[in-house]
Amino acid sequence: MLRRSLRLGGTLVGILFAVSLITFLLMNLAPGDAALAILGETATAESIATLRQRLGLDVPLLQRYLNWLGGVLTGDLGESFRANEPVLDAIVGRFPVTLQLLLGAQVVALALALPIGIYTAYRPRSLADKTALGVALAFVSTPPFLIGIILIYVFALQLGVLPATGYVPLGEDLVGNFLTMVLPIATLGLFEFPIYMRLLRSDMIQTLQQNFILLARAIGLPPWRILITHALRPSSLSLITVVGINMGRLIGGAVIVEVLFGLPGVGQLLVDGIYQREYLVVQGVVLFVGVFFVLINTLVDLLYSMLDPRVRVDSIRH
Amino acid sequence: MTVSVTKPPAHLAPIAARQWFGPLVYIPAAWLVVAIAATVFAGLLPLPDPFKQALLRTLQPPSAAHWLGTDSLGRDVFSRSIVGLRVSLIVGIGSVAFGLALGGALGLVSGYFRGLIDLWISAVMTVVLSFPPLVLAIAIMSYAQPSLVLVIVVLGILFVPAFARIARANTLSLVEREFVLAARAIGMRDGFILLREILPNLVAPLAAYSMLMVAVAIIGEAALSFLGLSVPPPQPTLGGMIAAERANLLEAPWSVFGPAGFLFLTILSLNIVGDQVQRRLDGREAAI
Repeated sequence: MLRRSLRLGGTLVGILFAVSLITFLLMNLAPGDAALAILGETATAESIATLRQRLGLDVPLLQRYLNWLGGVLTGDLGESFRANEPVLDAIVGRFPVTLQLLLGAQVVALALALPIGIYTAYRPRSLADKTALGVALAFVSTPPFLIGIILIYVFALQLGVLPATGYVPLGEDLVGNFLTMVLPIATLGLFEFPIYMRLLRSDMIQTLQQNFILLARAIGLPPWRILITHALRPSSLSLITVVGINMGRLIGGAVIVEVLFGLPGVGQLLVDGIYQREYLVVQGVVLFVGVFFVLINTLVDLLYSMLDPRVRVDSIRH
Repeated sequence: MTVSVTKPPAHLAPIAARQWFGPLVYIPAAWLVVAIAATVFAGLLPLPDPFKQALLRTLQPPSAAHWLGTDSLGRDVFSRSIVGLRVSLIVGIGSVAFGLALGGALGLVSGYFRGLIDLWISAVMTVVLSFPPLVLAIAIMSYAQPSLVLVIVVLGILFVPAFARIARANTLSLVEREFVLAARAIGMRDGFILLREILPNLVAPLAAYSMLMVAVAIIGEAALSFLGLSVPPPQPTLGGMIAAERANLLEAPWSVFGPAGFLFLTILSLNIVGDQVQRRLDGREAAI
């Protein structure tokens, strides 16, 4: 167990190190002078030199990376040069919005996928099954921003029951927060649910063919009990993995949804940082999101090996 | 960071397209043919100029002259959508081709030579997979000057790990087969065995997923162009058109739902046809 944990820890540190290196190289190997790009063609040589110094661009690449990494390890991601705000503070301040969006979307996606997936596996090829698969196919084929725009068109512009954009913090006004978050969360949840539903459905159809289900039927257990207590758990193992892996897809979707609905989350920070050429902000957000994603995946791997003793940690690494 | 799960045989878990569509798969296939033909020959079609502004005729509803109406600068939405769809298709096909070529080659080398090369390649793949794909694409696009080639390469990089994994897994089992042993026995060199014996056997498993991946790539390009990080204007892109016109959603829904319809129908068709292609070529369950 200890050896396993050490090995897993070692891999994790290695990956996190690589993530920091890639994040850094992305920005620092980009062609062109960052200071010149920020200040524009009309900048004087002097002001460029000052900004280069301020951004830490006046030292060799390796030195720059070590400086930055040292800062990262002590919680200093630099400052945004326009707002003079520490990058870490900006990220941490906006993260709750993104987290609420991500968790809400996972809940909505699973709340749709579980009942629909279970029922369609129980009655495959029925009209309900075909309808559900058709709807799932349609949602898989719709980019997230398009789902959002359709929801805005129907619920905000036509029916006028929900706001199209804006954000009320959770701590400030519970109802207001709910109203502003319904459409963004629904957008991401609808984007995600078909993947979970199709996966659960096909795994469950597999499980339902097994002998222990036949036995349960022969004993005369009611169908819902067989489905919920006997078939769901062995069918949900790959679903758990995919819920973790899909966090990456979901984070990408969250960036789009935050921009579309004007939510002040980490994704909005990233996009604003790009438009305003705040390279340290962009670099900080990319690092933060990468680390968050790696940690989630490690957690899911651990959870998975706990739920299914057949999977050993060794096999997870390959 | 992936867990291998035994996949069920295909006949036990049929997937959406075949159940729903059966022979109706020809309709989406026909849409794709028409869409590709229309984008290739867009210049020859008797359509209004997609770039010509008419500031007195902005946000006109659909009519005989403008099938999908006009946008906020009076430009024809239908012809702009076709030109935008061309970008979607070029990026979709181009980036998957890039990912297939690079990922396929890496997976082939990885699975054939094993050892240190394999370890290094899978380490690099793990790192690429450590970033949420769209965030990685956004980050790269933001540092460089956006262009068509860059979008193709950036989205293509995201497909490399998936194709590398398929190629590696297949190569690992192919290497054990008798015909490879025979090739070794008669003294064929590694490079020859790789190209003449193993590569031909990788074509089907790699091609199986490529059409479904084109659909994913088109969604990715749409997301990038929605954020203004894809091919820069004046080149119309479907995502860019939707982003630019969404302020006029209430008064001129056609300016948004026109390009959106092109996007949706194309991705839907690729998913339906791609699902069939994947079944024919691979037989196992679709990748998630």
